Amino acid sequence: MESFVPFWTLLTLSFFVFIIPKNHKQLFSLVLVSAVVAMTSYWGIQVLFLGQEITGDLPLKFLESPGSLIIDKLSAFFILVVNFTILTGIVYAKGYLRPYLKTKNVHQFSVHYFSYLWLYFAMLLVVMVRDGLGFLIVWELMGLSSFLLVMFDAEKEDVLKIGLNYMIQMHIGFLFLVFGFVIVGMVTNQMSFNAMAQAFSSEGLTAILGVHGNFWLFLIFFIGFGLKAGFIPLHTWLPYAHPAAPSHVSGVMSGVMIKMGIYGIFRVIISLHTDLMWVGYFLLIISIATGIFGIMMSIVQEDTKKLLAYSSIENIGIIGIGMALGVLGIGMQIPLLAVLGFSGSLLHILNHSLFKSILFYGAGSIYKSTHTRQLNSLGGLIKRMPKSAVFFLIGAMAISGLPPFNGFISEFLIYSGLFKSLAAADLNFSLTILASIVGLALIGGLAVFNFTRIYGMVFLGSPRSNHAVHATEVEPSMLIPQYFIATAIIGIGLAPFIVLQPIQEVVALFTPVNTALVTDTFQTLSSVSITSGIMIGIIGLLLIIRNWQQKKTEVVYGPTWGCAYPSGDPALHQYTATSFADNFKQLAHPVVKTDNHYKHFEEEDIFPPARSFKSSSYDKLEIGFINKIGKYAQRIMVRFAVLQTGKIQHYLVYPLVFILVIFLLTYLKFI
Amino acid sequence: MISILLIIISAILFPGLVSLTKSKLSGRKGASVFQPYYDIFRLFKKGSVYSTTTSWIFQIAPTVYFGSIVGASLMIPFGNYQNGLISFQGDFLFFAYMLAMGKFIMIIGALDTGSGFEGMGANREALYSLLVEPAFFIIISAIALLSGFTSFHDMFTHFHLDDYVAWLFVIIAVFVLIQIALIENSRLPVDDPKTHLELTMVHEVMVLDNSGFDMAIIHLAGALKFAVFGGLMANLLISPIELGIPLSALLFVVVQMLFAITVGFMESFKARLKMTYNPQFIITLSGIALLAFFVVIIITQTI
Repeated sequence: MESFVPFWTLLTLSFFVFIIPKNHKQLFSLVLVSAVVAMTSYWGIQVLFLGQEITGDLPLKFLESPGSLIIDKLSAFFILVVNFTILTGIVYAKGYLRPYLKTKNVHQFSVHYFSYLWLYFAMLLVVMVRDGLGFLIVWELMGLSSFLLVMFDAEKEDVLKIGLNYMIQMHIGFLFLVFGFVIVGMVTNQMSFNAMAQAFSSEGLTAILGVHGNFWLFLIFFIGFGLKAGFIPLHTWLPYAHPAAPSHVSGVMSGVMIKMGIYGIFRVIISLHTDLMWVGYFLLIISIATGIFGIMMSIVQEDTKKLLAYSSIENIGIIGIGMALGVLGIGMQIPLLAVLGFSGSLLHILNHSLFKSILFYGAGSIYKSTHTRQLNSLGGLIKRMPKSAVFFLIGAMAISGLPPFNGFISEFLIYSGLFKSLAAADLNFSLTILASIVGLALIGGLAVFNFTRIYGMVFLGSPRSNHAVHATEVEPSMLIPQYFIATAIIGIGLAPFIVLQPIQEVVALFTPVNTALVTDTFQTLSSVSITSGIMIGIIGLLLIIRNWQQKKTEVVYGPTWGCAYPSGDPALHQYTATSFADNFKQLAHPVVKTDNHYKHFEEEDIFPPARSFKSSSYDKLEIGFINKIGKYAQRIMVRFAVLQTGKIQHYLVYPLVFILVIFLLTYLKFI
Repeated sequence: MISILLIIISAILFPGLVSLTKSKLSGRKGASVFQPYYDIFRLFKKGSVYSTTTSWIFQIAPTVYFGSIVGASLMIPFGNYQNGLISFQGDFLFFAYMLAMGKFIMIIGALDTGSGFEGMGANREALYSLLVEPAFFIIISAIALLSGFTSFHDMFTHFHLDDYVAWLFVIIAVFVLIQIALIENSRLPVDDPKTHLELTMVHEVMVLDNSGFDMAIIHLAGALKFAVFGGLMANLLISPIELGIPLSALLFVVVQMLFAITVGFMESFKARLKMTYNPQFIITLSGIALLAFFVVIIITQTI
């Protein structure tokens, strides 16, 4: 039993954020976050490397089930991932929120930093608390604090709408979690993660949910957690909430908060020992669909942050593919696939938290210096923001899964598992594996398309509007976190064994890891590192030769080749983000819905007046699925509107009726 | 080591042989096989012109692109006789993603010029290379399934074709690899390197603004890329035939030369596809590759 008293004390200190002067709130939060990061990282490292679990109790009396706070290896892994991103986020916040110091009042800042702190604490508690009720409380806390963070710009009407949308969707997820835990409670008389293992494949569960009760219970939890993680078709809140939130919040939300959903699914999988094939196939299909749909939608976006949000959905898909292969590996008894699938999935969680946060911070810097998020208004920023441009490039190449960056390593692990188990299975399974390989390859190709597009449109070429012309580099406090993240991205890319060793410990929770297999994987990965080194060496050598040749010969500068047509604004005939996505849109129209608004030139238009062109894209799943459900729900809900009379007398009667009904039901022994 | 030497020899002969074939077929005398290299050599001695719009990305892009292809060429083994300089489990993944890395940097290099033409070329190149990726992975999966191994060397070492049905696989695989090589190198039927209108170009329009050293290295990269893909094809043939090292080396180069002559023939007699049909054409390749995979499933009797 570790003493959690210092931890609770630090958490309580967060209330002081309300009395600190406006200009020093960031510093206070930074200090507090650092203290908690230091303490929890120490725990995490202790658990991961020394292998002893830390247990404790929640301070709330009514949640008195013993050992309701447990830090095991899975929790420790998530704690360390969360800590890093939270710390970079709070450092970045200083510069990003500076312009708001003039426009927002002290209370808005208090609420913002308080929510940021509590989002962090809630995420820590989510991975630590094992008691069902306690878990639901901290899960709700996480939802509420992130809701307040999204609502930072609540004066804008659309932000308000987005915030409410987010809030409602999170509560629907919450409802499913409650439902799941109640079923666990009904079967085992105990609502907790520890009881889940007993609940799965027990007779009680079969009595409630039928023969495939395991799968249905998994599905209930999957919907609850999947809404947070952003699996399709539950992803629709994500592309709205990320752009609306301030960039450090988007980085944290996309980098680590949505991973809490993944954490939940991992927890359920640990307890699951039968019906693995059903669950595995289900997860695999939905993950491949999520990956491909996410990246396809990402390509047609014209808002930098919305684009990154859809790309998060894609990465959740990749994480899900790894997880599904792990489950299938256990189910098919192919230990290799299980180990490589889970390792790839866990490593991708870490990797995505790194490159997605650096990309969101980059997008935030762009927004801060240009005041626009529209790709078609940007361009040429590499000359005006040289450092941000380098960091964004590192993030973009890493997220596309290209060597020698970290994204390649996790995809490589998943691919290795797939290729090695190709031969070791029956026809159905071979085809499944092939489908996953093709899915991953397609996602990889689409990611290259997507990130060359955003990088080219934002940083390269000439500025497409005045916004981009007057951009300047952001202040150092916004760049410092990016140095650390970039170092981590390259470090994991070149020396993956540093993080893979602890990840193997986590994987051992799911499936026995045999040492021969691990040494084999590590050997392969060291070859990957060496090859990356050779590649960098070759390129370096070639660049030296080039440098020598350039010094010897004459170098002239001139305008870009414009078909020998010197006049005109070069920014006007550049390729735009819309035109770059155009041929893709033509191919993808069954999945991606886009609208172009313009007027055709008629034959009688001899002197055509000014024209305009507008294009927009829609999420088919949002229109066809989520909105439809919303509409049906609204149709039912509207009947209850009669209760909302606006008279206080009526409202006072309702509780009385409620109490009477409860009394009667209890009296008649119904409940 | 042998494979590197053979790839270099093939790369030297390749572009010249293609243009020689085309010249002969159109009734011209044709230049020397080494003419492309005289041109490249001249480019190396020339100065460069850079657009003022461009940044360091544009300057390093061709070099990184070339470096990625050199790296990829180190992984090609020499049949079942010798592995490539770099060989490990899953090296083909590194191979594919390294080529993708080179392409990534070339695409943003083209966008760096801020020219409408180059943006168009970059966009088309990005689209075609993403569409061709699945076909390559399906073919590699089929080879991995057939041999039971996951590195280029092991795959080709254990690539024995015991019955005649298996040759069906080789035929389909070589066909698909030829098409992939043509698309990756922007040749007919997807792209015509000799077209004169910017609007109909793919790869050529991407490199409009490159000159001097950069242009030379792009030409070199093109030749080397052909030889790398030709090397993969040659491996598919020399592994099962087993002729011994000297004859296999000869076969390796001969296969490459036949490939070059095929390209020359195709470019002389075929017209380029309409731009809008290109995606269909490329996606069809994945379908054909899937056929190869099914053949392998039949051979390994998993059905």
